[in-house]
Amino acid sequence: MADVRAALTRAHHEEWARVVAALTRRFGDLDIAEEAAAEAFATAVRRWPADGVPPNPGAWLTTTANRKAIDRIRRESKRGDKHQEAQMAYGHEPEPLGAIDDDRLRLIFTCCHPALAVQTRVALTLRMVAGLTVPEIARAFLVRETAMEQRITRAKAKISAARVPYRVPSAEDLPERVSGVLAVLFLVFNEGYLASGPGTDPLRPGLTAEAIRLTRLVRALLPDDGEAAGLLALMLLTEARRPARVSSGGELVPLAEQDRAAWDAALIAEGHRLVRERLAAAAAGAVPGRYQILAAINAVHTSARDMRDTDWSQILALYDRLARLDPSPIIALNRAVAVAELDGPDVALAAVDRLEGELAGYHPYHATRADLLRRLGRSEQSRAAYDKAIELAGNTAETAYLTRRRDQLA
Amino acid sequence: MRYLLSVIHDQAGLATPDEHAAIDAFNERLQAEGNWVFAGGLAAPGTATVVDNRGGEAMVTDGPFLESKEYLAGFWVIEAPDLDAALKLAAEGSRACNRKVEVRPFLDA
Repeated sequence: MADVRAALTRAHHEEWARVVAALTRRFGDLDIAEEAAAEAFATAVRRWPADGVPPNPGAWLTTTANRKAIDRIRRESKRGDKHQEAQMAYGHEPEPLGAIDDDRLRLIFTCCHPALAVQTRVALTLRMVAGLTVPEIARAFLVRETAMEQRITRAKAKISAARVPYRVPSAEDLPERVSGVLAVLFLVFNEGYLASGPGTDPLRPGLTAEAIRLTRLVRALLPDDGEAAGLLALMLLTEARRPARVSSGGELVPLAEQDRAAWDAALIAEGHRLVRERLAAAAAGAVPGRYQILAAINAVHTSARDMRDTDWSQILALYDRLARLDPSPIIALNRAVAVAELDGPDVALAAVDRLEGELAGYHPYHATRADLLRRLGRSEQSRAAYDKAIELAGNTAETAYLTRRRDQLA
Repeated sequence: MRYLLSVIHDQAGLATPDEHAAIDAFNERLQAEGNWVFAGGLAAPGTATVVDNRGGEAMVTDGPFLESKEYLAGFWVIEAPDLDAALKLAAEGSRACNRKVEVRPFLDA
C-alpha cells in the first residue's frame, strides 16, 4: 500500500507535465489536456491499489488521459465542432528542435507567455507544469479558490482565443523568453523562501521544492542556458540554509548567527558544482547574467566557515558586477551590507541613506539601516528604523526577529 | 487568424508627417507580406454620433459612447498565424504611429 502511494507520488512528479504537454500538443487545447490528465491521475488513485502499479506508469497515464480527452471531445462534438477546429489550428507540427524538442518545454513557454499577467503565469505554471491543484495554488498565494479558478480559466480561454502558440520560441526570441520563465520560477521560490504575508508559515518548503523541481526541469531541457544553471544553483544554495534559517522559537536567524553545521551539505555541493561550471564558461568568454552572479555570491557565503572567514571583497566585487548589469536600489542595498563588513557600518550607512527616496517603502531598507545604526551605537535612531521595518514586514519569523532586536537595544 | 490592432490615442495632436510616412511604410510591408486585411484612421471622437434602436425607435445622441482621455484613433485588421506574430507586428505598428496598440483576436469564425 505504501509502495502504491509512493508510486503515485512519483508518477505525479515525473509524469504530470509530460501527460499535459503531450495532450496539449495532440488536442491543441490546454483545458482538455488539464482535465484529462487530472482524470487519468484520479483513475490511477482508484485503480492502482487494486490492480497493481502498471509496469510503465507514464505510458499508462498517457493512454488513459488520451482516452478521457477523446471521450470529452466526442461528447462536445455533439454540441458543435469547436474543438475539432482547435485541433486543426494546432495541426501543423512545429519544426523539431533537436535536443530541446520536448513537449514540456512548449508547455512552460506557453504558461509563461508575456501576454499573460505575471501572477497568471505563476498560477498557470504551477497548475499545468507542476501539477499543483487549484486549492493548493490558491492557498499558496492567499487568494480565494474561486478567484484562482477564474484566473486560470481566463488564462486558458485567452491562450485559446488569441492563439498563444504552443512552441519553443525562435532562437532570436529565446533568451528573452527564457528569462521570463526563470523570473516566474524565481517568484515561486521566493514566496516559499520568505513568505510575504502574515497569514502563512514563514518558510514554505513545499513552494521552494516545487520551484527547484521546475528549475531542474528547465535546466535539463535547456542545458546550454547559463542563467537556468545559475538560477538552479542560486536556489540550491539558498535552500541549503533553510534548516538554520528559523529558530525553534520561530524567529528568523540572520546569516551571521546561523548554525552552519545545519546547512545541507549535499545541496551546497550540487550548487557549487553548478557555479564552477558557470565560472568555467565565463572564463571561456560567456557573459554571466544576474542569476549566475547571485549564485556566485551565495557560493562565497556557503564556502565560508563563519562571517569572518567570508571573502567579503569577493562578494563586493560580485555586487559591483551585478550593479553594472542591474543598477537597481535593491542591489545597492545588498551591496552596502558587504561594504559594512569591509569598510565599517558608518561607510555602509552613508550608502544606504542615499537610497531612501527609492526604498522608503521596502522593509529590508529599514531593517538594514536599523542594524547598521545599532552597530554604530545610535540606539535611538536604530529603534525608529526597527519600528518602521516591523511595520512594513509581513513575514512572521522576520517580524519576531526584528522585534527582539529592537527590544534588546540599550 | 485575424487580429484587431487598435491604435490608442493618449496625447494631444494629430499624427505628424514623420508618423504618416512611417505608417505608410508599415502598411506597405503588411501588404507585401500578406498580413494586410484592412486599416483606417478615425476622425476625432467629437465627430461621433451614437444610435440606439433597441427599443424600435432610434435614439440619436451627439458624441462618443464613452468620454475618455484615451480613445481609438485608428486600427489595423491583420492576418497572422498566431499571437507571437501578431505581437511582433503590433510592436512595429506602435513604433510607426508612435501610439500604444491593443491586440485583440477576432472570434474564430
